[in-house]
Amino acid sequence: MHTQSVAQLIAGLRERQFSSVEVTRTYLDRIAALDSQYNSFISVDETAAMAAAAQADARIAAGNAAALTGIPIAHKDIFCTDGLRTSCGSRMLDNFVPPYDGTVIQHFKAAGAVLLGKTNMDEFAMGSSNESSFYGPVRNPWDTRLVPGGSSGGSAAAVAALLAPAATGTDTGGSIRQPAAFCGITGLKPTYGRVSRLGMVAFASSLDQAGPMAHSAQDCALLLNAMAGHDPLDSTSSTTSTEDYCQNLGNSLAGLRIGLPREYFGEGLDSATGACIDSALKELEAQGATLVPVSLPHSALTIPTYYIIAPAEASTNLSRFDGVRYGYRCDKPVDLHDLYTRTRQEGFGDEVKRRILVGTYALSAGYYDAYYKKAQQIRRLIKQDFMDCFAQVDVIAGPTTPGPAFALGAKSNDPIAMYLEDVYTLAVNLAGLPGMSVPAGFVDGKPVGLQLIGRHFDEARLLNVAHRLQQATDWHLRRPESATLATGASSNASAKGSATGEQA
Amino acid sequence: MSIEQAEIEKIAELARIRVSHEEIGQVTARIAEILHMVDQLQAVDTRDVEPMANPLDAAQFLRADIVTEHNRRDAFQAIAPAVEKGLYLVPKVIE
Repeated sequence: MHTQSVAQLIAGLRERQFSSVEVTRTYLDRIAALDSQYNSFISVDETAAMAAAAQADARIAAGNAAALTGIPIAHKDIFCTDGLRTSCGSRMLDNFVPPYDGTVIQHFKAAGAVLLGKTNMDEFAMGSSNESSFYGPVRNPWDTRLVPGGSSGGSAAAVAALLAPAATGTDTGGSIRQPAAFCGITGLKPTYGRVSRLGMVAFASSLDQAGPMAHSAQDCALLLNAMAGHDPLDSTSSTTSTEDYCQNLGNSLAGLRIGLPREYFGEGLDSATGACIDSALKELEAQGATLVPVSLPHSALTIPTYYIIAPAEASTNLSRFDGVRYGYRCDKPVDLHDLYTRTRQEGFGDEVKRRILVGTYALSAGYYDAYYKKAQQIRRLIKQDFMDCFAQVDVIAGPTTPGPAFALGAKSNDPIAMYLEDVYTLAVNLAGLPGMSVPAGFVDGKPVGLQLIGRHFDEARLLNVAHRLQQATDWHLRRPESATLATGASSNASAKGSATGEQA
Repeated sequence: MSIEQAEIEKIAELARIRVSHEEIGQVTARIAEILHMVDQLQAVDTRDVEPMANPLDAAQFLRADIVTEHNRRDAFQAIAPAVEKGLYLVPKVIE
């Protein structure tokens, strides 16, 4: 059961081959038996999940099934869940039990999905390796010595290890796409504003966007159908109409123009990773797409631009954590100043504090024009590069990351080296575009991701290209060895990953 | 751009984050590295480029001025560190 896709699970539930109670129990048992080797979940409420599954079965029996009725979904622990702790990977919110559901969670509940649990993440979504979590690092199911990527590393690892059929993530600078690439799954960051941010703990409000993470483009489309849409309670959510993202998955790629930015294939790209990308592109070419060389001339500026804008917005957003209304409060504050400063010293981890300080600096009197305004101007130039490319091509493609997953600890003491991991993903957020990572092969048993970037609100086309690629290849069907063992026998198992090729 | 330890102390005070004596040297060094990295932006000519705050250049929409939310003070205060009679408690500010 746990090897089936979301689409297959939907069909199986409708045809009464199995019940949601059985499916949900299977995943809960797998989490209990296997997750100690990955640490991909922070909170699992078995009782609530089983109750939701029983309700889903009743709904199916009554003939009232909605799109995702009975499907267990894991949610990144950044989405507020009514009555279930939402930690955001931080000590600051370790005791925070929201009194409401975020809009994304409401949408999944309305679609009948079962909330399986809350997944681990970099603290406040700041990180590219899932090592900054207060709850400890997540390990990559393909090789537990490696990071899963971040910040949605728990969601990516949980899906890759078959502990959930699909999950949600959020992406501020690559936090869906990079862990999807490192864990060999499919992830989509929609256009800025496509999915409501209400009840999603804010990091950088002009960049944050939620999206689906699953094994296939088809499964991502099924989830996006539930997630997308205008929310009157999120003033940045788009009123552009949504569509059925499953409808055009099978469209032919004949005549499609795919731009290859030379800046994404140059120095810094691991050659074996580049070879995987080339073979995926050849497959798209074989299906009738045309590969067109293009240029994004301001690419080298995306890292410095992002590392002004994101920390500046974070410093503002995270000022709300003051030890007064909810969350962590330091012990025995002597006065109000001590309450604020010590709560924030003790409640935040190092990377979060670093970004708050950088952001505070960039916004402070005398530096605003030189840093924040300058970065916003260059942000426009970066977006214009993409607009110029999209005058010539329909989709832009390249690697998601410069190389495959790296070892735990390899970059955790070097912030700048960690920032460089996001060199190919940051620009998409700065420009507000939709972007995907799609499995595109392996380097020494480690997954590689192909990145697809589309025009604003062109998610359906990205999903179409990814689906066509997945119809012709089996990279997305490979499973890590550590996840294919029977539950129970797992604790002694070697976690060394290998492409076993088990079919979903 | 290099940054002095005293400047970091000032920024930390603005951000209301206590930084201990043991940490301040390391924090300063790390932030100096980041500021050095972002300094390459200064070389770019951005005359006449409008700053972009929203990637879709979208304006905030307005909604009707009607009550849509209900008072949920008890639910929100149930998760606060310290409350009394509907008020949030903090250490004494005025003697």
